[in-house]
Amino acid sequence: MSEPAIALRGVHKSFGRTQIIRGVDLDIPRGQRHAMIGPNGAGKTTLFNLISGRFSVTSGTIALNGRSIDGLAPHEINRLGLSRSFQITSIFPRLTVFENIRCGLLWARGYRYSFWHLLGGQRALNEETDRLIERLNLQTRRNVPAGLLSYAEQRALEIGITVAGGAEVILLDEPTAGMSRSETEYAVALIRTMSEGKTLLIVEHDMSVVFDLADVVTVVVYGEVIASGPPAQIRGDKAVQEAYLGTEAA
Amino acid sequence: MSADATQRAPKGAALVAAPGFANLARRHWPWLAAIVAALVLPWLFFDWSTHRHSGFALTMLSEIGLMSVFALSFNMQMGQAGLLSFGHAILFGLGGYCAAHTLNAVKAGAMWLPVELVPLAGGLGGLVFGALFGYVATQQRATAFAMITMGLGELVAACALMFMGFFGGEGGISTDRVTGISLLGVPYSSSWQVYCLVVAWTAIAVLLMRLQTQTPLGRMANATRDNFERAQFVGYDPRMVRFYQFALSGFFAGIGGGLYAIVYEIVTFDTVAAAKSATALLATYIGGAGVFFGPLLGTIVVVLLQSGVSLLSNAWLLYVGVLFIIMVMYAPGGLAGIVAQHAPIARIGRLRELAVPYLRILVPGVLSVFGFVLLIELASFTTIGVAQGKAFKIGFHAVDPATPFPWVLGAVALIGGGLWLRLEARGFRARWDALIADAKAKGAML
Repeated sequence: MSEPAIALRGVHKSFGRTQIIRGVDLDIPRGQRHAMIGPNGAGKTTLFNLISGRFSVTSGTIALNGRSIDGLAPHEINRLGLSRSFQITSIFPRLTVFENIRCGLLWARGYRYSFWHLLGGQRALNEETDRLIERLNLQTRRNVPAGLLSYAEQRALEIGITVAGGAEVILLDEPTAGMSRSETEYAVALIRTMSEGKTLLIVEHDMSVVFDLADVVTVVVYGEVIASGPPAQIRGDKAVQEAYLGTEAA
Repeated sequence: MSADATQRAPKGAALVAAPGFANLARRHWPWLAAIVAALVLPWLFFDWSTHRHSGFALTMLSEIGLMSVFALSFNMQMGQAGLLSFGHAILFGLGGYCAAHTLNAVKAGAMWLPVELVPLAGGLGGLVFGALFGYVATQQRATAFAMITMGLGELVAACALMFMGFFGGEGGISTDRVTGISLLGVPYSSSWQVYCLVVAWTAIAVLLMRLQTQTPLGRMANATRDNFERAQFVGYDPRMVRFYQFALSGFFAGIGGGLYAIVYEIVTFDTVAAAKSATALLATYIGGAGVFFGPLLGTIVVVLLQSGVSLLSNAWLLYVGVLFIIMVMYAPGGLAGIVAQHAPIARIGRLRELAVPYLRILVPGVLSVFGFVLLIELASFTTIGVAQGKAFKIGFHAVDPATPFPWVLGAVALIGGGLWLRLEARGFRARWDALIADAKAKGAML
C-alpha cells in the first residue's frame, strides 16, 4: 500500500518546439481526492492526457500503482484500473443511456470481444447496469439515446460510464464546467459518492468545488507545479494567489 | 435497439411447448410473415397451364435474397461500425469463388459436402479473406479505411484477371450444383428447389446478423462508431473491434457469395468488381443504414429496378443513381428512416391526419416523375432504342420521338409538376412540423 496510485517523475511534454509540461513530479496516494487547478493553458488537460495514455510523454515516467505505463495505449491503461472523463462531453450519442452504461461495464465484466453472448440474457450485467443508472438518477431516461439528454444529464452519464467498470483511479476533467449552481451541487454530491474509496484526480475551475471536494490541491502554472497541499494551505499561499487565484481569493 | 434489455427471457419452468410457440410467434411475427411471403410470392407467377414456375421471378427473388445478405453484411461495417467500405464485393466474390471450387471438388469426388452446406464454404472463405484484408484495412478508420478498401477492391479485381487457376480469368469459374449429395435428398435441379435453399440461408444469415447486433462485439461496434476515443477509455481497443466486425461481416458476405455460386452456377470477375460493391452501398443508403432492416428494403428496391425496370428501359441504372442522390439529399436515413420518422406521430395517434397531405404531394410528385421518365426515355430512345428497332409508346399510343410533342409534354410535366410539388411541399411541411411539435409536447419523441 505504500506506493502511490499515480506517480509522475520528471514528466516533460512538448508539441514540436513548444514545451507544454516542463518537469512535473507528483505523487497521488491511494484513496486521495486530488484536485488540479491552474489558469487556462497551464497544461492540466495535457497532464490528464499523459496519465491516461492519450499522449505519450516526451521524457520522464508515469507509474500507476507502481507500474510504469509509458508507451501503453489508452485501453491498456484502462484495463490496469484507470478511467477518465473528458472536458468536452464524451459519450456514445446514438446509444441509449442503458447501453452507454453497459458499454462501460462490458470489458470489466470479462465480455471482451464476445460475439456469442446475447446481452439481453446477461441478467447480472443488466441488473448491475440498472443499479448504476439509479445511482445516477437517470432511470427515467434509461431508454433515451444519450445524444438527446440535457447537458447536465450527459455530464452525469459520462461520470457513470467512467466509474462503471470499477476502476480504482478516476480522472475527471472539469466535470462541472458549464453547469448552473444547483447542477454543480448535484454533480459534486454525485462525484463524492461515486469516488468513495477510490483515488480521484480532478481538474476544476470552480474554486468552491475544489475546496469542497479535494483533500489535496495541486496548482499547475505554465507546465510546472508551483504548489501542492491541503486546500487551506493553498488558499493562503502567496505564490498561488499571485499566479492564479488573484481576485477570486481576495 | 434496446428491446433485448427490456424483454426478459421467460422463466425456464414457464416455458411450455405450445404457449412458448405462441409467444414466439407473437414477438417475432414479422420474421414469420417475411418467410411465408418469400415462399408464397413465387406461386403468384406460377404458370398453371404448364405447371412451371416463372424462371424470371425465381431468379429475381433469389437475387433479392442473396443480395440482402450481402447488403446487410455491408451494413455490419457501414451502419453498425461506421466503416464505409468501397471494396466489400471482394468478400462476396471470393466467398463465391470458394463455394464454386468447393462444388467442383464435390462433383469430382475429391470431397464430401452436401449442397445445403456449400454456402457455409463460401462463408468460411469470406471469413478467411475478411480476416486477411481486415487486418490491413482496420488499422485505420474513416477516410483512410475507405481508401484502403478501395485499393483492396482494385487489387482483387486485378488479381481476378491475372490468376487463372483460382478465378478462371474473364470466363470465371463454372460449376454444377447438382452434385447428388444432399442432406434432404433434394437434387437442386429445379429453380424452385434452389430458391427454397436461398430462402433458408437468407433467413439464417439475417437472423444471425440480427443477433450479432445484440452481442458485446456488436454493441461495441456501435460504440466505436459513435465515439472511438470513449470506447478506448472503457477498455476496448477500437482497432480490434473493427477487425472482428470486419471479419464477421466477411463471413456473411461470403455466404451471400456462396448462394450466388449455387443460383447462377458461375462466378465471374464482376462479383468482386467495384460495381458490385457499389450495389451494396446503393441498397444500404436507399434502404437506410441506421436501421437494421434498412439494407433489406433497399435491396428489394434496387433489385426490382435492376431486374424489372431493366426489361422496360435502357436507363434503369440512371434511375437508381437519381434515386440514390435524392435519398442522400432529402432522406439520409433512407426508406427505413422515413418510416421511423412517422413513429412519434403514430404514437400520438394522429398518423391519419397525414393522409390528405400525402395525397396532395403524391399527384404533383407522380406528374414530375412522369415528365422526368418521359424525357429520359426519349433521350435514351433516340440514341439506343432506335438502333434496337423498337417503337416508342406512351401507354398504348405510338409516338414519334422526332416530333416536338412528347418532348414538350415531358418538359411541361416535369417543370409544372416540380413547381406544383414545391407549393404543396410547403403545406405538407407545415402540417408535418405541427404534428411533430405535438408529439414532442406529449413526450412521444422516443
